[in-house]
Amino acid sequence: MQNVLGLILAGGQGTRLGILTEKIPKPAVQFGGKYRLIDFTLSNCVNSGIYRIGVLTQYRPHLLNKHIGIGKPWDLDRKGGGVTILQPYSTLAGSVWYKGTADAVYQNIEFVDEYEPNYIVVLSGDHIYSMDYSEFLYYHISKGAVATIACMEVPLNEANRFGIMVTDLDNRIMEFQEKPEEPKSDLASLGIYVFTWDFIKEALIEDAKDESSEHDFGKNVIPKILTTKRVYAFPFEGYWRDVGTIQSYWETNLELTRPIPPFNLYDPNWRFYTRSEEMQPAYISNERTVRNSIVSEGCEIYGHIDNSVISQGVTVGEGSIIKNSVIMTKVVIGNDVVIEDAIIAENSIVKDRCKIGVGHFAESKYDRKVYDSHITVIGMDSIIEEDCQLGKNVVVGNDKTILKGTQIESGGFCI
Amino acid sequence: MAFSSSISLHDTQCIQKGCDKMKALGLILAGGKSDALGKLVYKRASAALPVFGKYRAIDFILSNMVNSGIYKVGVLTQYNPRSLMDHLGSGKEWDLDRKNGGLYILQPYLGMTGEYWYRGTADAIFQNTTILRRGDEDYVLIGSGDHIYKMLYNDLFSFHFAKGADVTLLVKELDETYDITQYGTVVTTEDGRITEMYEKVENPLTRKAFLGIYFMNKFLLLDLLYDSVPSGKYDLLLDVIIPNLSKLRVYAYEFDGYWRNIKKGIDEYYKTNMEVLNSKQIREELFLKYGRVYTKLKDYPPAKFTGTAKVSNSMISDGCIVSGVVKNSVLFRGVVVKAGARVENSIIMQDSVIEEGALVRNAIVDKNCVIRAEQMLVGDFEPVVLEKWMVI
Repeated sequence: MQNVLGLILAGGQGTRLGILTEKIPKPAVQFGGKYRLIDFTLSNCVNSGIYRIGVLTQYRPHLLNKHIGIGKPWDLDRKGGGVTILQPYSTLAGSVWYKGTADAVYQNIEFVDEYEPNYIVVLSGDHIYSMDYSEFLYYHISKGAVATIACMEVPLNEANRFGIMVTDLDNRIMEFQEKPEEPKSDLASLGIYVFTWDFIKEALIEDAKDESSEHDFGKNVIPKILTTKRVYAFPFEGYWRDVGTIQSYWETNLELTRPIPPFNLYDPNWRFYTRSEEMQPAYISNERTVRNSIVSEGCEIYGHIDNSVISQGVTVGEGSIIKNSVIMTKVVIGNDVVIEDAIIAENSIVKDRCKIGVGHFAESKYDRKVYDSHITVIGMDSIIEEDCQLGKNVVVGNDKTILKGTQIESGGFCI
Repeated sequence: MAFSSSISLHDTQCIQKGCDKMKALGLILAGGKSDALGKLVYKRASAALPVFGKYRAIDFILSNMVNSGIYKVGVLTQYNPRSLMDHLGSGKEWDLDRKNGGLYILQPYLGMTGEYWYRGTADAIFQNTTILRRGDEDYVLIGSGDHIYKMLYNDLFSFHFAKGADVTLLVKELDETYDITQYGTVVTTEDGRITEMYEKVENPLTRKAFLGIYFMNKFLLLDLLYDSVPSGKYDLLLDVIIPNLSKLRVYAYEFDGYWRNIKKGIDEYYKTNMEVLNSKQIREELFLKYGRVYTKLKDYPPAKFTGTAKVSNSMISDGCIVSGVVKNSVLFRGVVVKAGARVENSIIMQDSVIEEGALVRNAIVDKNCVIRAEQMLVGDFEPVVLEKWMVI
């Protein structure tokens, strides 16, 4: 994979994750007990032999930059190549943000050219899947394509959320519909592309000149080139998730706790790497049992855990019960706490005798579009004082303190 | 003999600045063979013995040194060093992959003048005087690779200067849980100066044991080594320090934290692991106080507990998949306990598998073992030890 460069688009906010992405970009959101979303794509790259990677950031990049650093956990601290963070920059002509996926790559043509790659792989930094990109590339080369898009069959009624491709028998793409009202096929684009660099470079330069374009690969660049050039679909049959909403984020996490999870983190030949703090093994006391759950290192568990994902360094006090929840790094949970159907973000503190996720679902009074499920979400660095009671579908923002004894009904919020 | 026992200008500066600028070289003695550990050290040095689910014994002193600001560390190896070398690598897990300083592996070597193994601790250092001469460190901290404790050495350094000591040794008043006849003991004046030292005697005068940590001026150490090793005195404590107690100002700095020497035997090793399991206080001291303990990362995913798992009072590392019953045990990374299996009062090392219906009690199972379905591995008064790669 000497002649390939990976570009990971990691600038997105992920607005539908609500407060989880208020302070950090979506690729930096924690997942599966010790990872952040971008780890999966980065690990796929190095496992596929791609050691030259650019990560394009834009929205609140600090945590992401710190996480990636010089790429040491992924063996990307290398001479010649490695990982480079590509942020929007200003030039003599003025300063612009990345206006779209295509524009983001366009603005980094010089970076790519320096490596003189024959191919580039354009990836998204917030998907959960394992894919060998070398197979993808081999497919691209064998088809003689200029662009290849990884795709997956989706249920027809969900097809309107995706870019849909109509292909011929050879998988050549004949038509591309971006989020269509009436989809003509069930083959959805995963936002994972291989391009022949010389070709796509010209196409990007042309697209940049077009003022009516939104500078997006799916909306503008792909539909334009497939009329004249060979653009292929690469059928992907493995597990792939875009955790775009709070509901899907929660579900995808909890899927990992199943006896045989659909996504395998334990494959010794396809490890996922991450930058994580050095912590001691988890300690589980004789108080209650831990079942159907994932518990990371650094945890001290004195309570009862059922069907939950517990991230690194979490403390759960005596008599506490955690059910169907995702608890992120270094959260401290006091004694006799009950937590059900909740997501609690990094470094938050839930003090003694709190009850979170009680009662029945009610429509969110804050934002019905984002908070449309029964899941209660507590942001980073928040403190829930003693004896609080939070209903279902409650939102507590980042850096908030809920005073002692407060009751928030289902659908309520504190932002 | 010419000992430079007066306080140098640099020492004075150190005292004034609270030792911020003090530079010390760390030397870790990790070459010793330990017969008492039996099967556990057939294929590894005792410093490389896995402890507490994910660490190896040497991680503690390495992390202590790095957390105390010592970034140049030499590890002296001799006995079965493969797994130790594998573990240390470039030293990057301890931030010791550095341009200045970093990690030095000091092995016995073949020279023009003959071929010697390290004949003792003093000889081991004497054969590596180059690392002492090079570099701008004025002091050297010598420790052992198989002691379990957490400490920042900075207070010891301050003590050393404040007392105007030539050599400072770390000591600890050992309680009844330690077999004092197995340790070297010291007798001190009220001021802390050591007047007498005894190595493993039947009825020692005190219960103050020497913990194997020496701190002294580098050039003084060189002087002492040149004075002893060429004349066939090879042990740093017995041949170098003890005979010079009257000439040198040797001080004892008292350590009052948790300390264990797992080299003393399988029992001690087992007991130490169980102690950590049973005491939250010891866990906090060892893992959270005075900086973290660093070790080689393995990138295992978090541990998983299925619906049939029943875990109590146990340490579970990343990569474990637990479906059976685990009680009072330490599971290392990647251990699989299948449904219906029971693990009690045991230490199960990396990547071992306990299959359906198997019973493991009072046992130490080394790496990559398989206990087949319905099989039993039960120790009675002493824990039974299963060697690496065994299948029963």
